[in-house]
Amino acid sequence: MSWSNLFSTSIGKKLIMSLTGIFLVIFLVVHCYVNANVLFTNGEENFNRAAHFMGTNLLIRVTEIGLFAGFILHIIQGYKLEWLNRSKRASRYAVTAGNKTSKWYSRSMALLGSLILIFLIVHLAHFWVPSRITGLEEVTYDGKPYHNLYLEMQHVFAQPWAVALYLLGCFSLSWHLLHGIQSAAQTMGWTSKNYFPIIRSVGQAFSIVVPLIFALMPVFMHFGWEIDLGSITLLF
Amino acid sequence: MQHYTMNLNLKVWRQKSGTSTGGFETYSVSNISSEMSFLEMIDVLNERLIKEGGDPIAFDHDCREGICGMCSMVIDGRPHGPWKGTTTCQLHMRAFKDGDTITIEPFRANAFPVIKDLMVSRSAFDRIIQAGGYVSVNTGNAVDGNAIPIEKEKADDAFAAAACIGCGACVAACKNASAMLFLSAKVSHLALLPQGEPERKQRVVSMVAQMDKEGFGSCTNTYACEAECPKEISVLNIARLNREYLNASLSGS
Ligand code: HEM
Ligand code: SF4
Ligand code: FES
Repeated sequence: MSWSNLFSTSIGKKLIMSLTGIFLVIFLVVHCYVNANVLFTNGEENFNRAAHFMGTNLLIRVTEIGLFAGFILHIIQGYKLEWLNRSKRASRYAVTAGNKTSKWYSRSMALLGSLILIFLIVHLAHFWVPSRITGLEEVTYDGKPYHNLYLEMQHVFAQPWAVALYLLGCFSLSWHLLHGIQSAAQTMGWTSKNYFPIIRSVGQAFSIVVPLIFALMPVFMHFGWEIDLGSITLLF
Repeated sequence: MQHYTMNLNLKVWRQKSGTSTGGFETYSVSNISSEMSFLEMIDVLNERLIKEGGDPIAFDHDCREGICGMCSMVIDGRPHGPWKGTTTCQLHMRAFKDGDTITIEPFRANAFPVIKDLMVSRSAFDRIIQAGGYVSVNTGNAVDGNAIPIEKEKADDAFAAAACIGCGACVAACKNASAMLFLSAKVSHLALLPQGEPERKQRVVSMVAQMDKEGFGSCTNTYACEAECPKEISVLNIARLNREYLNASLSGS
């Protein structure tokens, strides 16, 4: 068997989902870490500086291209897989087992992914487009100009519908990952008698904690809340 | 448990042949004993249908003791019915109560075409086995079981995987009609033992290729297969299959 066939079989298609999924999970960690700045005192300056670093560092900009490619591959392959898998049972059952034998979210990955996709498009339009293309207001720290992405967040999250949409995005992500992380590990063949329970627990914890931190951001911005860390500077 | 009798309504899938369109027919059966097996209950109905000059319901069965894997049917949405770790022949009528309506359908998957009524062809599984699920050296007479030392844990895992009876409930249960639990059992069973070692890489690659050719779906790890498998084959075998496949592909077998 040659290398070129590796990704074209039924297992290979899942390997693509798994590899891109894991890559997206790593991105989430970085994204969450940087943005968590907005939850704390002096969030404006800390966050704007961090965003500036992320937007100007060459290595990160190159990785960003990979990130877009990863998303596109994951989405296209995800829909293709869903369509292919659905086509394997032309005549449907009159009665199905439903939640008795599997979790609803494990059967709804394409639906949850579609909700994430809707969120993603609005999210890119909210922040990525102005910061990379159409431009943002600027602030100066130590005499240097910075994009005021924090101000943009305040504008966006002043609107209740935006807060609601972001919360829906976080919920969908949480369910998607609840199935996705252990599924990716299983697809990669990493699970075994000893590791499966650990992988599942760590995956579940991640799927709840990270989307929860993300969900706090629009809520905090909307109500103008912040956590006082005193003199501790969290990040960057 | 107390013995009781019951009257039931059965909604059974009737289909004359693979090419005709099928549909549900409703039958009522009475005085069914709670100690009957599910297949015996259908036998009772079939005898009546024959006496009335009708066409009996076609269904597969052979051993009627949970080892041949023939008795494929979906009962109220569950392959082999509501009990865990059993085949249809091992399902007893005490799983139901008087007045129940039971829906009985064939296993549904493009790769398992209906032959008649509840009977499907599972020949796709045979062709997957023919693609590599064997050891091709001539082994001669049976040798002493302990002539080749094998670690206890591997022997146990291989034995558990070898328990697969090829019934197809995993495919029937899977929303993608994926045969990965079946294939993972067959690949694991041989990959764990020294006898399977020489053909280990070629085997997994060929069997996966045949599985895809037969029209089974990809595994999305919902684990409905494990929940329905009469032999309770573990989905950890699927992880092993994925590992075996990745290993074989990356090393260019
Ligand atoms: C943007 C729209 C998205 C769509 C349409 C989508 C769709 C899908 C689909 C259809 C699957 C396959 C389900 C399965 O195999 O069980 C999947 C799996 C997965 N997704 Fe997504 N997804 C999206 C976004 C994301 C994001 C943002 C992440 C992580 C940050 C992610 C992480 C994963 C993981 C880890 C898996 C499991 C891979 C595997 O089963 O091997 N997905 N996705
Ligand atoms: S893995 Fe289980 S459900 Fe699938 S064919 Fe084997 S015994 Fe039947
Ligand atoms: S008839 Fe053999 S397993 Fe049911």
